[in-house]
Amino acid sequence: MSLLRPDLAVIAAHVAPGSKVLDVGCGDGDLLAALRDERQADARGMELDPMGVAECVARGLSVIQGDADRDLAFYPDGAVDYAILSQTLQTTRRPDLVLDELLRIGRKAFVSFPNFAHWRVRASLLWHGRMPVTRLLPIAWYETPNIHHVTVSDFRDLVSARGLTVEGAWFLSGDKRISDAAASWRAEHAVFLLSR
Amino acid sequence: MSQADILTASHVLDLTAPLPLDGGQALDGVRIAYETYGTLNADKSNAVLIFHALTGDQCVASPHPITGKPGWWIRMVGPGKPIDTDRVFVICANVLGGCYGSTGPASTAADGQPYAMRFPVITIRDMVRAQVAVLDALGIAQLHAVVGGSMGGMQALSLAANWPERARAVLVIASTARHSAQNIAFHEVGRQAIMADPKWKDGDYGASKGPEKGLAVARMAAHITYLSEEGMHDKFGRKLQDRESKTFGFDADFQVESYLRHQGLSFTDRFDANSYLYITRAMDYFDLAEEHGGRLADAFAGTKARFCLVSFDTDWLYPTAESRTIAHALSAVGAPVSFVELSAPFGHDSFLLDVPTLDRVIAGFLQ
Repeated sequence: MSLLRPDLAVIAAHVAPGSKVLDVGCGDGDLLAALRDERQADARGMELDPMGVAECVARGLSVIQGDADRDLAFYPDGAVDYAILSQTLQTTRRPDLVLDELLRIGRKAFVSFPNFAHWRVRASLLWHGRMPVTRLLPIAWYETPNIHHVTVSDFRDLVSARGLTVEGAWFLSGDKRISDAAASWRAEHAVFLLSR
Repeated sequence: MSQADILTASHVLDLTAPLPLDGGQALDGVRIAYETYGTLNADKSNAVLIFHALTGDQCVASPHPITGKPGWWIRMVGPGKPIDTDRVFVICANVLGGCYGSTGPASTAADGQPYAMRFPVITIRDMVRAQVAVLDALGIAQLHAVVGGSMGGMQALSLAANWPERARAVLVIASTARHSAQNIAFHEVGRQAIMADPKWKDGDYGASKGPEKGLAVARMAAHITYLSEEGMHDKFGRKLQDRESKTFGFDADFQVESYLRHQGLSFTDRFDANSYLYITRAMDYFDLAEEHGGRLADAFAGTKARFCLVSFDTDWLYPTAESRTIAHALSAVGAPVSFVELSAPFGHDSFLLDVPTLDRVIAGFLQ
């Protein structure tokens, strides 16, 4: 799984073998293929971009074109063991509702997102007074798909307000793990495993 | 790849038992004409059944028997193509009710006269039942895949729902699980055009040319539904046909008129008017949910097949929402299903035309 993006590698390493999985916003299907091939998972995906779906189908994956804000409603309750939302939460119109949907469809949910409280982001705002353009957030404010920027602390607040349980949390800078204590400042990526 | 590279063979199968029909009758002496391409492997596991569309035929990758034009899906089927006849054995049969060798209204009934309107009204499921008989005759218990676009997609869905053990993979392109009021309405315009032609003679036109004008109008109306507005605008706009200015008459001043007239007329050379009535009726009757207690998901309960649904963003005949509905029904029963809406400018006809992403999806799904 070394070729996977670091947050995806964390998720892939913690999915129990043989699980049923739905990856919402699965892109070209890298995580799905890894879960299928290395975890023997029954791995399904949803992806907005038709070229991404076509790529997935060409890899033999089962992926439905759809929008996380709109099309999750069609999945039955408890359809999968894990619902996965990687690097997509911050692009949805209502991240809180999407989170509810993930834990309706999945017994557990993996959610990964770029941490908007990373020190480079803070520095950009503090010293330059400008919305940051960083390695993880490379697109200018006016054209970024990230319409709901979120920090590790914000996310923890949402999780507790929704009464959800954090089963695991991983914080990453590049592919290096960051301690929980330093996560707010130093984590570029956060990965949470949640249950209801 | 030239057509000569394709191993093709024309076959007919005469069913020994009467074919039971959804309308309650049984049809005696049914003949099904079909083509095959490629080689069936020893354990008969590499067969792909392609269902053709309303006015299609079994010559998916070989010259059309009347016009001599290349096969209708030559770009998709052949050695090294997305449906690779070096690997799979392709079967394509003329539908029941058709006019390319399978039993239809122009066939001879027991009294030696053509059936004409005495032919029983058939359904999509009846068409599939006849093709399952072909599989039985070939000793093919389970297909590698069934593939169909438009009406062919309806047949693929019908096979998946009613003979779920017969296919491991089901590929449905630009299709629907039921005909909408608008779909039925366009077909009714076509049928009424045929029936209003005095040469139709209540279907008893026999070996004469029959209701050519009515059939041409039916084709013209239908052809509009196969194109997108954008595609028509780009191709024709308001351009005039071989003239500098409008004639202030009712000749085909506009290129689009000339094009449609040509489409209508050339269609009458290759299609039987009564077949057109019967096949459009079968499509109008198609409602897969209705067949299964009103709930589409129930049509697929317990299926073990993989599914792939493809729609096109400019197809307003069977728009994306129809494919999405099918995908959701399949998800609801836990079937492995992929669905993608591809972008192409050609409207409903996109499935027959140059859409490279479609090639990738089909090749990938059939791996």
